[in-house]
Amino acid sequence: MSITIENLNKHFGEYKALDNINLEINSGELLALLGPSGCGKTSLLRIIGGLEVAGSGKLLFHGEDVEQRDARERNVGFVFQHYALFRHMSVFENVAFGLRVKPKKQRHNEAEIKRRVHELLGLVQLDWLSDRYPSQLSGGQRQRIALARALAVEPKILLLDEPFGALDAQVRKELRRWLRRLHDELHITSIFVTHDQEEALEVADRVVVMNKGKIEQIGTPDEVYASPASPFVYQFIGNVNLFHSREHAPWTQQKGDAIAYVRPHDIEISKIAQDNTSLPVEVKLVRAIGSIVRVEVAVDGSSEFIEIELSRERFDTVPLVNGDKAYIRPRQYRVFESGVENELSAA
Amino acid sequence: MTGHSLQRKISTHESFGVTALLISISLLYLLLFLGLPLIAVFVEAFSKGWNLYIAALKEPDAWSAIKLTFLTAAIAVPANLVFGVAAAWCIAKFEFKGKSLLITLIDLPFAVSPVVSGLVYVLLFGAQGWFGHWLQAHDIKLLFAVPGIVLATIFVTFPFIARELIPLMQAQGKEEEEASVSLGASGWQTFWLVTIPNIKWGLLYGVILCNARAMGEFGAVSVVSGHIRGLTNTMPLHVEILYNEYNFVAAFAVASLLALLALVTLVVKTLVELQAKRSGEPLHGETR
Repeated sequence: MSITIENLNKHFGEYKALDNINLEINSGELLALLGPSGCGKTSLLRIIGGLEVAGSGKLLFHGEDVEQRDARERNVGFVFQHYALFRHMSVFENVAFGLRVKPKKQRHNEAEIKRRVHELLGLVQLDWLSDRYPSQLSGGQRQRIALARALAVEPKILLLDEPFGALDAQVRKELRRWLRRLHDELHITSIFVTHDQEEALEVADRVVVMNKGKIEQIGTPDEVYASPASPFVYQFIGNVNLFHSREHAPWTQQKGDAIAYVRPHDIEISKIAQDNTSLPVEVKLVRAIGSIVRVEVAVDGSSEFIEIELSRERFDTVPLVNGDKAYIRPRQYRVFESGVENELSAA
Repeated sequence: MTGHSLQRKISTHESFGVTALLISISLLYLLLFLGLPLIAVFVEAFSKGWNLYIAALKEPDAWSAIKLTFLTAAIAVPANLVFGVAAAWCIAKFEFKGKSLLITLIDLPFAVSPVVSGLVYVLLFGAQGWFGHWLQAHDIKLLFAVPGIVLATIFVTFPFIARELIPLMQAQGKEEEEASVSLGASGWQTFWLVTIPNIKWGLLYGVILCNARAMGEFGAVSVVSGHIRGLTNTMPLHVEILYNEYNFVAAFAVASLLALLALVTLVVKTLVELQAKRSGEPLHGETR
């Protein structure tokens, strides 16, 4: 089911949580809402799910206005950051809940409920836990049960609010791959909220980057990483080095105040100057981290550090040690006018 | 001595003498102020033998006081149960203006002396009170009658259940209710299938305390009851009357019933606490 959001606004008192949001979500896609905390991503998700009401604007499911429908009539599965499993019910009863509360006429018989619940528990690979209580499960298991519970009512849309936020790093990685595989099997239109850019880039078909109640960019993971639409996206997704026009005019190639944004792996470093845009630097720190080597350098006459990432092979052709003199040159960069800088540092 | 120096390293441990002294002081205190009175009540009640004890309870005025006490509690506790759950639900799950005012109002009966609460009812419903004439004109008797006693009891026991539930429900948050609604449950289903099971132990705890207070209330009830023997006397009031008449055996016999009630309350309360602990569901507002 596709979702259309038009000119959506939401205020909490004076605070503007969502500022004129326009978004089109395709049927069957897995979309990530990515942004720092307080950017409005969770509010947007809760409005879609009917748990919160928008101040103004339109929300359409498959072209149909759903504003008047409350959460129970939207047929939306919701997965919460802290699982929100019913603590006094067994795993089986948790998953069966959505089937049991259906109006009598639509309710399945007990045998059918049992069959479906076990099928769902099988899908999340936790059938063996059906008699346990939520307090007896690990975080990762709880979240998978929460997902099975949400899927029990056969929702047309699945909403996940920081689904892996409360889990430790290892389980997180495992679960997000599993979620991706599950989505490929089920093809339910899914939206998940995250503040973890790696998670968004790895799992989602498309990523919506949000900041301060506004959408900064919508695109595939590759697009938002490779060609960020705004300085905010540049800084929020991946690491970036900033070169101010005042100090590095040849790079920004602009009069007035401007900043060039360069990814650490888009900087070339060599022992000799390549051309007149090369900057003389001093190597301050060399760290080999797995398959990459991270080099921190300081531009001559400046105290700012610049981060450079090299593949191990590349590094081996130009071995550097602390204190070496070298030259850097951007392979690829983007220039944004200044004035947005304050906004960036606030974010 | 090595033993001594080892012990001195654990700075939070007191020496045996200090420990023993502190424990005996507490025990003595408990015995003197809690244990002895309780024992005295039963000793006095049975001082003239079992037959007189039974006779004192069977006496019609005493029996009617016992019945009135149970009737009052049977009305006041359910009334405050409904109110307490509703108020706690509002306060814990929703944001609205005047919330802190509501919380303050709920606490009011705790802050006000029970006698004052009784007097307020006299001011409102008494013959010279605000609604006195209207009530008289419509032949409704509130004061010096059972309805007045029930009203005063409800007022005094008002906070017990709500106060118990508010922190518990606040700690539980509203995510489970949201999950329930998003799974298609109605508000009513959510309330009975999710909210109530989650608060059942806290609710029971509040009911027990509320009941104990409803049966034992003296001050407020005393003001509005009129002390009509056999009609508007509850057990605590009856005890006072008997005592003032130097009928000690009867007074202590009825008092022993109240004491027994307190003991039963304590046992049930402990059982509820144990059960809640065993089931792993929090009783008070502690977080997950």
